[in-house]
Amino acid sequence: METAVVSDEQVEILLSDLLEQYGYDFTGYSRASLKRRIVRLYGLDKALSFAEFRYKINNDHTYFKRFVEQITVNVTEMFRDPAFFKTLREEVLPKLGTYPFIRIWLAGCSTGEEAYSISIILKELNLLHKSLIYATDLNPTVLEKAAQSMFAMSQMKQYSENYILSGGTKDFSSYYTANYSLAKFNDELKSKIIFSTHNLVSDYSFNEFQLILCRNVLIYFDRDLQFKVLNLFDESLEELGYLALGTKETINFSQIAGKYKRLQSEKIWRKVE
Amino acid sequence: MKKCEAFIIGGSAGSLEVLLKVFPVIDSAISFPIIIVIHRKQGNDSMLADLLSSRTSLPVKEVDEKEKILPGTIYIAPSDYHLLIEQDHTFSLDYSEKVNYSRPSIDVTFQTAAEVYKDGLVCLLLSGSNSDGVNGLKSVKLWDGIAAIQNPDTAQVSYMPAQAQQHVKIDKVLNIEEIGGFLNLLS
Repeated sequence: METAVVSDEQVEILLSDLLEQYGYDFTGYSRASLKRRIVRLYGLDKALSFAEFRYKINNDHTYFKRFVEQITVNVTEMFRDPAFFKTLREEVLPKLGTYPFIRIWLAGCSTGEEAYSISIILKELNLLHKSLIYATDLNPTVLEKAAQSMFAMSQMKQYSENYILSGGTKDFSSYYTANYSLAKFNDELKSKIIFSTHNLVSDYSFNEFQLILCRNVLIYFDRDLQFKVLNLFDESLEELGYLALGTKETINFSQIAGKYKRLQSEKIWRKVE
Repeated sequence: MKKCEAFIIGGSAGSLEVLLKVFPVIDSAISFPIIIVIHRKQGNDSMLADLLSSRTSLPVKEVDEKEKILPGTIYIAPSDYHLLIEQDHTFSLDYSEKVNYSRPSIDVTFQTAAEVYKDGLVCLLLSGSNSDGVNGLKSVKLWDGIAAIQNPDTAQVSYMPAQAQQHVKIDKVLNIEEIGGFLNLLS
């Protein structure tokens, strides 16, 4: 039975192994989701026993990488929540366009779909040449994929619809070349994106930005870790900079809430003091 | 069974009509939370909460992530996220792959709730055209909770409750007009 194969105690054992062996700290992650991912992988890889599963994670580096990749959620799309990207296009980025140079941090970028979405908007606003997008994730494997700028051709219809709903007016297919089942996005879009590993749990602030996006990452963290990461964002954000979160995420209840003012309907806050 | 600690209703095509009939019957003094997971198009969530809220005096709200689960409240799973129950009786949300072509998936909520509430959980599966919720009910039984379904004969789309009936040992098969009374008696 799927729900019984890995117990809550065994989940805790794996988390302390990861911390001791590899320095990866997942102890601030929400357990229900994490456990579900672990149980799913256990079944997927047909582990024979918990002992075997644990041994492989601790001793086989390749399997450890797979484990981390599989227990974190890497589902994303281009222009997901079109209304959000419309606000970026019409309000946030034009404001930042008055700066001589725009630095953007996309935290938890996964396979890169949002990074390319932002790059497309910057290009259309004639801002790409003076922008730099730091796209980070804790997971090296997804970053490698992101850097290839290739996405499934089967997704393009959906992405094109999202793009149009987000206020895009160009022919979306002009941004990529079809190559059998893959769409290869133009190199120009990638030219201003730096893909790099960064772990929100353990790594520090590495620059100051005018816009930080971190969408659907905080939902996997418990409240304490959420607050810690929000402080990290606050330290990394210039005054009058913007912080953008996922549809169901909020800075309310956190220490930094008082310094920020929310933009009407979207989950975007401006640092006002 | 032990006192009911949570009542979760899952449904798909044809389930909203059932909820609209059941809601007015629910006792305003119920002693447990009611959690609703229904499949629907991505979009304006507050519309559904508003609609259901007009049929009951109990507070109806769309779930916020990390929210504490309180008795006497009706919670709606937001569209396009899985809804999970944590051991400390809070909600969490998850944007992982769809399960049974669905997000939110009824299986995910039933399964995580089963491990938390164990024999204090009652799950009800309504009308629908896929088999989401069936594995969830299996977990509910594994952890000694109560599995109930809408009588497939009364369902607009019978496939979902019928699949449950075929694969899970169901404790209660309810006609639409019996659901409210069954729920009230658990309080």
